[in-house]
Amino acid sequence: MRLQYSPNIRIVEMPCSGTIDHRVILQAFEDGADGVFVAGCLEGDCHFQRGNLRAKKRVQAVKKLLDEIGLGGERLEMYNLSSAMGPRFAEIANEMTERIRQLGPSPLRKEGGAA
Amino acid sequence: MIVAQQKNIKDIAEMVADAQKVLLAGCAGCVTVCLAGGEKETEVLAAALRIMRKLQGNPLETVTYVATRQCDPEYIEAMDGLVKDVDAVISLACGVGVQYLAERFKDKWVVPALDTKFVGGAVKHGVWEERCGLCGDCVLHRTGGICPIIRCSKSILNGPCGGSQNGKCEISKDVDCAWQLIYDRMKALGKLDKLMEIQMPKDWSKARDGGPRRAIREDVIIG
Amino acid sequence: MREVKTESRLERLLARGEFVVTAEIGPPRHANAEIIRHHAHMLKDYVDATNITDCQTAVVRLSSIASAIHILNCGVEPIVQMTCRDRNRIAIQSDLLGAYSLGVRNLLCLSGDHQKFGSEPTAKNVYDIDSIQLIYLMRRMRDQKLFFSGEPIKEHEPRFFIGAVANPFADPFEFRVARLEKKVEAGAEFIQTQCIYDMERFERFMEMVRERGIHERAYILAGVTPLKSWRAAKYLQTSVSGMIVPDEIVERLKKAEDPKKEGIEICIEQIKHIRNIPGVHGVHIMAIAWEEVVPEIVQRAGLYPRPKVEG
Repeated sequence: MRLQYSPNIRIVEMPCSGTIDHRVILQAFEDGADGVFVAGCLEGDCHFQRGNLRAKKRVQAVKKLLDEIGLGGERLEMYNLSSAMGPRFAEIANEMTERIRQLGPSPLRKEGGAA
Repeated sequence: MIVAQQKNIKDIAEMVADAQKVLLAGCAGCVTVCLAGGEKETEVLAAALRIMRKLQGNPLETVTYVATRQCDPEYIEAMDGLVKDVDAVISLACGVGVQYLAERFKDKWVVPALDTKFVGGAVKHGVWEERCGLCGDCVLHRTGGICPIIRCSKSILNGPCGGSQNGKCEISKDVDCAWQLIYDRMKALGKLDKLMEIQMPKDWSKARDGGPRRAIREDVIIG
Repeated sequence: MREVKTESRLERLLARGEFVVTAEIGPPRHANAEIIRHHAHMLKDYVDATNITDCQTAVVRLSSIASAIHILNCGVEPIVQMTCRDRNRIAIQSDLLGAYSLGVRNLLCLSGDHQKFGSEPTAKNVYDIDSIQLIYLMRRMRDQKLFFSGEPIKEHEPRFFIGAVANPFADPFEFRVARLEKKVEAGAEFIQTQCIYDMERFERFMEMVRERGIHERAYILAGVTPLKSWRAAKYLQTSVSGMIVPDEIVERLKKAEDPKKEGIEICIEQIKHIRNIPGVHGVHIMAIAWEEVVPEIVQRAGLYPRPKVEG
């Protein structure tokens, strides 16, 4: 199965969405990402039991922080899907890309770009 | 441990609005355990401040460091080199750490990133509760190991008051009545008679009311 | 003449430019007011108003407000002292509403001495608000009709003539005038100073007061305390923080044949000196446990008779 999805997505692989922490997400933005989405396993299907639920809460916390510091929480989202759901992944990638296009480039990139 | 919570990031940013380069100093003591000022929180705060300032068109350079403890001079001396070329220091320690930094780095603008809240412990992951009122004259042997000074909203020594209902305090249904807890425990221990002794007014001079306190262990003082 | 905002006689006298005289009565450590009335009758014609201390030096005494009513009934205008040490903002407001309802019109706001050296050293101290906050909130209560919380007072707001204290002899000296100004900015309309023995320092203090124009925004009453003996002077010099007593005064009392008489002489000289310092609007005589000496001092300092207030 070869599915097309937006070429602007860069994948950072993590062993489990539960290993995501605030720093990784903030670094992605500092490094020039216009948006970030965290793809975790379906709720209830975590190999480590609750990793994706922890990720969900962290993403919520970082969204709030992004709002507070003026970058905007809507540039970050958490999605749940299994590794067998290729079409859904492509759909999410396109959906997120569209959302970020609407928002425009990250204001952090305006002068000088990535840190 | 001392339990603290991070201040609003906008307030922290405001405190260092004039600085171009700041040192964010975490502490590996209590505030690491209560997830307010450890290594991770220090780095997250640094990143958030950098992003914020960049968006404002006034980029901020950050340096981070986590001291073993900020409440011991020997652990903050190690920061001398880092402090030298920053404009301000943001301490993610409790109020003690902030003061120790300000005392050591006399010409630096040192500001707190946290609100130091209380002395307590975790009741579950992510939830901490106050347990000790630091009154300097412990009464726990008279109250079944439950502190009425800090857990009773009125610090009553001969409770419960008339505001106790269904085990809860009159200030909120989310707050346990400390005296209900004391009563239940003393009853279970068969020591209810102890609660019949009239507890006399407390010596508050041993608490903060007597002025700033100092503890001394003569046998370990050198020099 | 400056604007008058309250029914205080003291304020009216100050507004029309009189050099006022206030004194101080320390209430007794029991529940009988006879001694308060006795002192009030004695002071009546010699002072314009009298402070009633609020458990000074943190020693339990008959209450300032109750004492104030006793002296009011003797025809003496009281200045109620309110310290922040013993009451939270609920008690302070309640007591002051009560005081006003009983006819008290002058209020002096203080932090209060720490209880450590008082009669109840194991007591909790309150300090819910500090003296500057108290001044600010009482001024706001009067001028904007608001409780401390910001809730409106629908009617009958208390309208006190609000005073504060200043200590030109505490440290840091340079900041003392700034803090005094802060009190005036907060709403203090009259200032009573700590007792003055070091005239030179007080003159420097007043010079800074004038530079900032504080004396044009608040009435300044200089504090004096007659000394009974050289030991009393020595005690103030060495054991009371925030006091400066020059050695000459100790020596003068030591050499005197009749130290009490000498103490009175010194006090009279001080008042005469103070009267000539620009920006000082009156004198506050704190004859601690020696109230009976006040009439003589007032008379011999040329401050008798006291002016009348019509109405």
